[in-house]
Amino acid sequence: MRGIISWGTYLPYRRLDRSQISAFIGQGGGRGTRTVASFDEDTTTMGVEAARLALRGIDTSRHSGPDALMFGTALPAYADRTNATAIHAALRLPPEIPAFDMGASVGSATGALRMGLSTIGDRLIVLSDMRTGLAGSADEAAGGDGAAAFVIGEGDAVVAEYLGGASVTEEFLDRWRAPGEIRSKVWDDKFSEITYVKAGRRAYAAALTAAGVTAEQVDLVAVAAPTARIGSALAGKLGAVKVVDDLTATVGATGAAQPGLVLANALEQASPGQIIALAVCADGAEVMVLRATEAIARFQPARSLAAQLDSGAPLAYGRFLSWRGMIDVEPPRRPEPARPSGTAAARSGDWKFGFVGSRDTTDGTVFMPPSRVSFDGTRTDEMEPAPMADVVGTIATFTVDRLAYSPSPPIVFAVVDFDGGGRLPIELTDTDADEVAIGGRVEMTFRRLFTSDGIHNYFWKGRLIRG
Amino acid sequence: MASHGIRDRVAIVGMGCTPFIENWGKGLDDLMIDASNEAYASAGVVKDDIDAYWFGTAQSAMSGIALARALQLQNRPVTRVENYCATGSEALRQAAYAVASGAYDLVMVVGAEKVKDTGYQGLNAFPIPNDGTARTLTAAAMFSMIVPAYGHKYGVADETMRSVLTHIAAKNHFNGARNSRAQFRKEITAEQIEKAPKMAGTLGVFDCAGVADGAAAAIVCRAEDAHRYTDTPIYVKALSFVAGNGSGLIDPSYDYTTFPEIAACAVDAYAQAGVTNAREQVAMAEVHDCFTPTELVLMEDLQFSERGTAWQDVLDGLFDLDGALPVNPDGGLKSFGHPVGASGLRMMFEAYLQLRGEAPPERTIGSLAAGRKLALTHNLGGYPGEMVSFISLLGAERD
Repeated sequence: MRGIISWGTYLPYRRLDRSQISAFIGQGGGRGTRTVASFDEDTTTMGVEAARLALRGIDTSRHSGPDALMFGTALPAYADRTNATAIHAALRLPPEIPAFDMGASVGSATGALRMGLSTIGDRLIVLSDMRTGLAGSADEAAGGDGAAAFVIGEGDAVVAEYLGGASVTEEFLDRWRAPGEIRSKVWDDKFSEITYVKAGRRAYAAALTAAGVTAEQVDLVAVAAPTARIGSALAGKLGAVKVVDDLTATVGATGAAQPGLVLANALEQASPGQIIALAVCADGAEVMVLRATEAIARFQPARSLAAQLDSGAPLAYGRFLSWRGMIDVEPPRRPEPARPSGTAAARSGDWKFGFVGSRDTTDGTVFMPPSRVSFDGTRTDEMEPAPMADVVGTIATFTVDRLAYSPSPPIVFAVVDFDGGGRLPIELTDTDADEVAIGGRVEMTFRRLFTSDGIHNYFWKGRLIRG
Repeated sequence: MASHGIRDRVAIVGMGCTPFIENWGKGLDDLMIDASNEAYASAGVVKDDIDAYWFGTAQSAMSGIALARALQLQNRPVTRVENYCATGSEALRQAAYAVASGAYDLVMVVGAEKVKDTGYQGLNAFPIPNDGTARTLTAAAMFSMIVPAYGHKYGVADETMRSVLTHIAAKNHFNGARNSRAQFRKEITAEQIEKAPKMAGTLGVFDCAGVADGAAAAIVCRAEDAHRYTDTPIYVKALSFVAGNGSGLIDPSYDYTTFPEIAACAVDAYAQAGVTNAREQVAMAEVHDCFTPTELVLMEDLQFSERGTAWQDVLDGLFDLDGALPVNPDGGLKSFGHPVGASGLRMMFEAYLQLRGEAPPERTIGSLAAGRKLALTHNLGGYPGEMVSFISLLGAERD
């Protein structure tokens, strides 16, 4: 039996109320909200967050984890170099595990999921995307940011068995964006809708045949499409019992992440034995059919999509525009950070990407960053790795820095004491200045601190644990 | 800590100090020339009389050549010194040891910083290539974390803490207003201090040191030679230094209400000078008031106040210009300004003036006349949890 072993989803904390858009810019907007990746997030960091949750969900007594990582996004943080390697490093996967980027399109990201399900091996499939456009555009309002990750493999840890799938490949001009452009363009909405509905129906029929199920047997259909309109047009033609929420009203159309997010949404609702179909419209159509197993009854997502939909905090449209680079905001009159050193970063990879400190094997003292020498200076190289990314902590004291350089001032900063030992003074993210207090609980999150000379400086920040 | 000290073995016989201001018209060379010439004149010596130089600058120049070229020194050794914001003090410490060793008879220390050519606010360290994981907070933010921690530990209400910090800021501005070399020469009201724009945490603009350009210089010789140059030499009683190991940043037992490096440094300095009761014996202190809460905590680390009581001593006026133990009678970093490499020597310059009876009447302290004999300078660099500390004790009499 092959299929999904575990999954994780990540929705960024900030939400933009679409009604703010037309009020500010005089056009665009609409009803509902969209998710907004913070100024310190990109598709790589969101992918890390989703993948951490997916790995945490593995029943390790039944499955040993992935042997390959595939990362799909339509907005890669880097060209020429692999983005999946940063995810690989943050997850502390062993070097023997390969890490590949799958193209730079929604269709290719979907292909990573399809190939993961339909071929062999234990795969970690990470899908992540950010969608925006010019101020007042349809993409800006209807888009969303997020990530999803799936561990795929064999055996009785499978929570959703892959039954079969089908593709319909179409070369036609729906959306396009030259590398480096900030907006995608669309040829003709109606043309796209007609083409996608046709391709989607064809792929759906072929996938059901491949899976050996009838349309009546399908319990849950999840549809991911470039727009809510195309998605609902296709869903209406599939004759399904239940179409799960495509999240466009609350999250937005999240591009390469959307197939993963809507599939996760279906899986969170699925009972053992139920048949789930995922239909994706992207340069043609992909349909995958799965059946929830008995194991799904005991699977608890490390952080459910439903819970993430219910959390989050509003973001002012002006700040959204500055985060997306549409408005330049006056920075503090302080020097911008220098580019991180490639060689220094390579030496400290376990710390910088994996958030691994060192623990003194004699007295247990935790060093962040790692130290070779004991606290009292008497012993050298008597340390063991201290992985701290999944350790939570408590705020000992804090401040708000209104003068320091930040892509989005002010900096909220806290001295965090980690449970079981270890202290680090560190920046907090997704945290407003008036929320922080001594005693507050903090978890770690992988972020992009800044970009200098085209080098994305990835490291970890703290994030308040709420509720 | 094992240090023997060089009590009464070296003396400062001449000093110079430029005004500390945003000096758009003068470069580093100008500042060093002005401070040096004032120091030569005050000791009654000429350039050729000086055997060796120590040049402190945090990041305005590199190597001894910067000073040798500016002053056109002729085949003299010049050591460039850097030790964070304690750079100027450290330069003097090294020069004093060289004299005490007998290697040289007469040496000069120059500390200088040209801060205001960067175009940025505050102080900015030049970037050393790194892995990109280091903190990028301002010093103001790091020191602001003292305020809630101190109030919480000692049960001092937020409003009282604010009054204490305001008292420190107002006192230092009051003193600086009486100092022609100071950057800020205006008294400010509590209301001005408390309504100022916030920089970090609860710290406003007036809780932060001024940032200025400036230079200061000192001429040092063996104590027995001092009267060749002046009738009123200042004797070095103690020079102590601690470079912290950064443990406070990662040690959960560190609580941001003390600077352990400074407490240790004070124990050593007082032992060198034979001080047994700092609160009663020290006549004045120039301390590193980079931010108002720094000065508060220093009063305890320097043993002027018992733990948890400095806030009360501040409010009682113990450290005011007319108090029993005046602190920062020249205005301190707060209103004199902070050209990093010069600040440690600027502190000694005030001790030198007060001990020699040369401070202007409007800021002459009364504690010396009341019988106290020692001046203390305290200079730190870094942040809570990770700092360097320097302390000197100086006196006009040789025991």
